[in-house]
Amino acid sequence: MNGFWSVLSREIRLSLRGGGEILTLVLFFVIVGAVVPFAVGPDKALLARIAPGIVWIAAFLAMLLGLEKLFGPDRADGTLALYRLADIPLSAVVAAKVIAHWLTAALPLILASPVLALLLAMDATSFWRTVLSLLLGTPALAGFGAIGAAVTVATRRGGLLAPILIAPLSVPVLIFGVGAIAPTGGPDQAQAAILLLAALSLMVVVLSPFAAALAIDWGED
Amino acid sequence: MTEGQVHSPLCLKTFALGVGRGETMLARDIALSVSAGHGLMLRGPNGAGKSTLLLTLAGLLSPLEGSIVLEGHDEDFGPAFHHCGHRNAIRPRLTAVETLEFWRGINGNPALPVAEALERVGLRRLARLDAAYLSAGQQRRLALARLLVSARPVWLLDEPTSALDAEGQKLLAGLIEDHLAAGGIAVIASHDAIALDNLAVFTLETGA
Repeated sequence: MNGFWSVLSREIRLSLRGGGEILTLVLFFVIVGAVVPFAVGPDKALLARIAPGIVWIAAFLAMLLGLEKLFGPDRADGTLALYRLADIPLSAVVAAKVIAHWLTAALPLILASPVLALLLAMDATSFWRTVLSLLLGTPALAGFGAIGAAVTVATRRGGLLAPILIAPLSVPVLIFGVGAIAPTGGPDQAQAAILLLAALSLMVVVLSPFAAALAIDWGED
Repeated sequence: MTEGQVHSPLCLKTFALGVGRGETMLARDIALSVSAGHGLMLRGPNGAGKSTLLLTLAGLLSPLEGSIVLEGHDEDFGPAFHHCGHRNAIRPRLTAVETLEFWRGINGNPALPVAEALERVGLRRLARLDAAYLSAGQQRRLALARLLVSARPVWLLDEPTSALDAEGQKLLAGLIEDHLAAGGIAVIASHDAIALDNLAVFTLETGA
């Protein structure tokens, strides 16, 4: 357990001292959301209707940005080899990294989502639903991201490959994430979408460390 | 350890070991035997497979043929191998102390306290400095301090003398000597001479 906390605190420290890494991510998230009104035109009703989708896409893209630093730098400087010789299983290391990735790449986005809600003219109900669905759905994105990053860690220029790999996996998260907000279906449907989203996140967060650890072990051999 | 449990003394052996990268065999028929308190010096020209052999012994690469056996090590005491490679695993934005505490955390089996380990390798004054600002030799000393904060019986050192000054080399010899005296094993790949008496030498030839 000691080792788990060591990895977690190291990751968080590195992110916080990263010279604006988190701020860049948040700005990217806001910018993606802010350019959409320019592309689709200033129709307020239309914007309010597609706002949940925009927020989710912005969050999805922003989380992909941070993937490269999940395992890449560790491999380059030899820390990954140390992890493989550590006293804790590699899957525990990956689990700590998934949690740290969520804390530093997803939580700041959720905290910044009021800005986007304002820009996209969302009403209070759908804003709170958006926050809830982001809270429930982003852990799954972090887990899928870890798998993608682990599979591509040994390949050169894997940075762009990981997002391509995990985009199809993330489709259900986007579907149910937006489904949990969108007022088109009845209230029962949103409820079901939220539950499915939560189930998906739980499953991915539990299974992804093992899958990612396996991928790292095979890739490094 | 429960009473009555009999342990054979620590001994690292390889049997007809073949090591390589991917499909390419670099060295084959390696038969080593290093017992507790002894060190082994790996010699050989560049590309003879010294680093690959160390990585294979550490378990980071799988052997292409043959086997590696470590007798007398109880798995309950955690991993047996410390591997100290070319890359120091030092990340900017963490201080020397934080780096060492992190290693101690993941490697378990705490031995020397962090402050004492830094003192030992001569970095106490720089403990609070961002580790990336350390010179190459100082980073190497920090990497060596990793071996001290977690106890593991077998040290696998790949070019440990690189970037070390004369005093650093003496320090390294002292560290290895203490480790061997405590009943450990060390396998060292180096082109430099290390001032120790009881080092056996094993030479790897190219194109074996």
